[in-house]
Amino acid sequence: MRLKEIAHARSGDKGNHANIGVIARDPSYYDFLCREVTEVRVAEYFAPLNPRSVKRFLLPGIHALNFMLYDILAGGACKSLRIDSQGKTLALALLEWEIPAAYDESALISP
Amino acid sequence: MKTIRIGNGAGFWGDHPDAPLRLAEQGDLNFLTLEYLAELTMSILAQQKSHDENAGYVTDFPEVVYRLAPWLSGPSPLKIVTNAGGMNPLRCAYTVGKLLASSGLGDISIAAVSGDDIFPSWNSLLADGETFPHLDTGESIANIQHLVVSANVYLGAAGIASALDLGADIVVTGRIADASLTVGPAMHAFDWSWSDWNRLAAATVAGHLIECGAQMTGGMFSDWNETLSLGDVGYPIAELSDDGSVVVTKPAASGGAVTVATVSEQLVYEIGDPEHYLTPDVDVDFSHVRLEQIGDDRVAVHDARGNPAPPTLKTSISYQDGYLGSGTIVITGPDAINKAQACAAAMQQKLNAAGVFPQRWNVEYLGAGDVLPGIVPRAVDPPEIVLRMTIHDKTRAVVDRSLRELVPLVTSGPPGVTGYVGGRAKARRVLSYWPSLIARDRVSPTVEVRTATEWCDGEDL
Repeated sequence: MRLKEIAHARSGDKGNHANIGVIARDPSYYDFLCREVTEVRVAEYFAPLNPRSVKRFLLPGIHALNFMLYDILAGGACKSLRIDSQGKTLALALLEWEIPAAYDESALISP
Repeated sequence: MKTIRIGNGAGFWGDHPDAPLRLAEQGDLNFLTLEYLAELTMSILAQQKSHDENAGYVTDFPEVVYRLAPWLSGPSPLKIVTNAGGMNPLRCAYTVGKLLASSGLGDISIAAVSGDDIFPSWNSLLADGETFPHLDTGESIANIQHLVVSANVYLGAAGIASALDLGADIVVTGRIADASLTVGPAMHAFDWSWSDWNRLAAATVAGHLIECGAQMTGGMFSDWNETLSLGDVGYPIAELSDDGSVVVTKPAASGGAVTVATVSEQLVYEIGDPEHYLTPDVDVDFSHVRLEQIGDDRVAVHDARGNPAPPTLKTSISYQDGYLGSGTIVITGPDAINKAQACAAAMQQKLNAAGVFPQRWNVEYLGAGDVLPGIVPRAVDPPEIVLRMTIHDKTRAVVDRSLRELVPLVTSGPPGVTGYVGGRAKARRVLSYWPSLIARDRVSPTVEVRTATEWCDGEDL
């Protein structure tokens, strides 16, 4: 299952850092997202872009997770050598992530 | 209960030129905000001002005001609040004043809010022991302080609120927290205390949601589809009420959508720790904010919580950091990727032979999966790709020389190289970004309110 089936997301820049907000499509998916979409997994997924570190914050009010990806933009808007200098496309890329198989699908039955 | 409607018609400098006018026409607004300043826009404006002391503001803004003139008078005139002043709010106010006065609108009152620019006192701040440690690394600014070209403090809503209290119809600021463009009108319209943290938090969340224009109303939305009708996307409106309640919406006759989903995406846009969204006005906790669909394209925003404003203000410093340039060519298939890799290798070989070794360089094969290299699987054999080369070096000559490698590939490279139009790519100066903090008492905002005619007559400008 890809992340986009149970979440939507948006990314943007803060200097040389980017953030990705991941929002559960249904409140009942929030706990599952908290369990499966971890700092370690997001850091692994984006390892080719060399983030210095990844930190996760929670927004239970809108059933969302916010990931800060530090120093992932290769210089940021002012001097990145990449076309996506502001990390606009990171969110869509994360939504394509295939969540590892070891999860309990019954946790995903919508009320 | 009193309610005000604040619409935002610009999310950055370069946003749609007709959006402010459409929003004024369709939005039934009390206030129109226009947010123009991305992190780096100020440093570009600083460069312009260094060449011409009358420059350094958003030059599109006077024209926008001119088009909005019909809404600026009448029984319930629209008020405009903007950070279009950039590095030069006084000159921006003067230019707007001149334009309005020459159009018979000399009585319109324009305020300039300044004091965010601390660069004029840069040396004395350093002499006083300010080290402007980097917000992320803690590093002292000592190593680059001689390269600094601009330093601006993010001001809060207080200057805007006093300008409006003094009768301003148009408020022009320099660097200001984006959300404060919305908080200022709220503090003017309502009898709220500056320590009513929860109401300040509610207005700040409202400002955060509308500050990026159509990003709240369907633009950039993950679940995009054609039915969103982005061709006539409506720009965002926040309704703020005296009791601190907030509803976000858009003009009825417009495309796009305002749903819990589109608003959620904007709530998380460019935030860090959601429990501490810091502005000069308040420390907001976003983590418990709830969104509720209360009608078509109407979403209520609940439970923003505020804590006392931080003792320091964010300072945005820019410094010279060499030169950067990029250029592109198009390479068609068959075998587009292999041919592009051969082009890159040939360019490097020729640069080495010429003794040119740029400090940083990168080649991307756009269309093959290189926007996020290594994340998206690379295309096997795309019919065509764009080869983009980007160079960063401390000297302009190295960047310009490196970029000259692209064009000769049309005749000396593999077959299928085309698309080099628009002239030779050129280096631009890099101004790097150095975020820091400064104590509040180091900064003194000033508010200058004059009629258009008075701005025009101002001899000091």
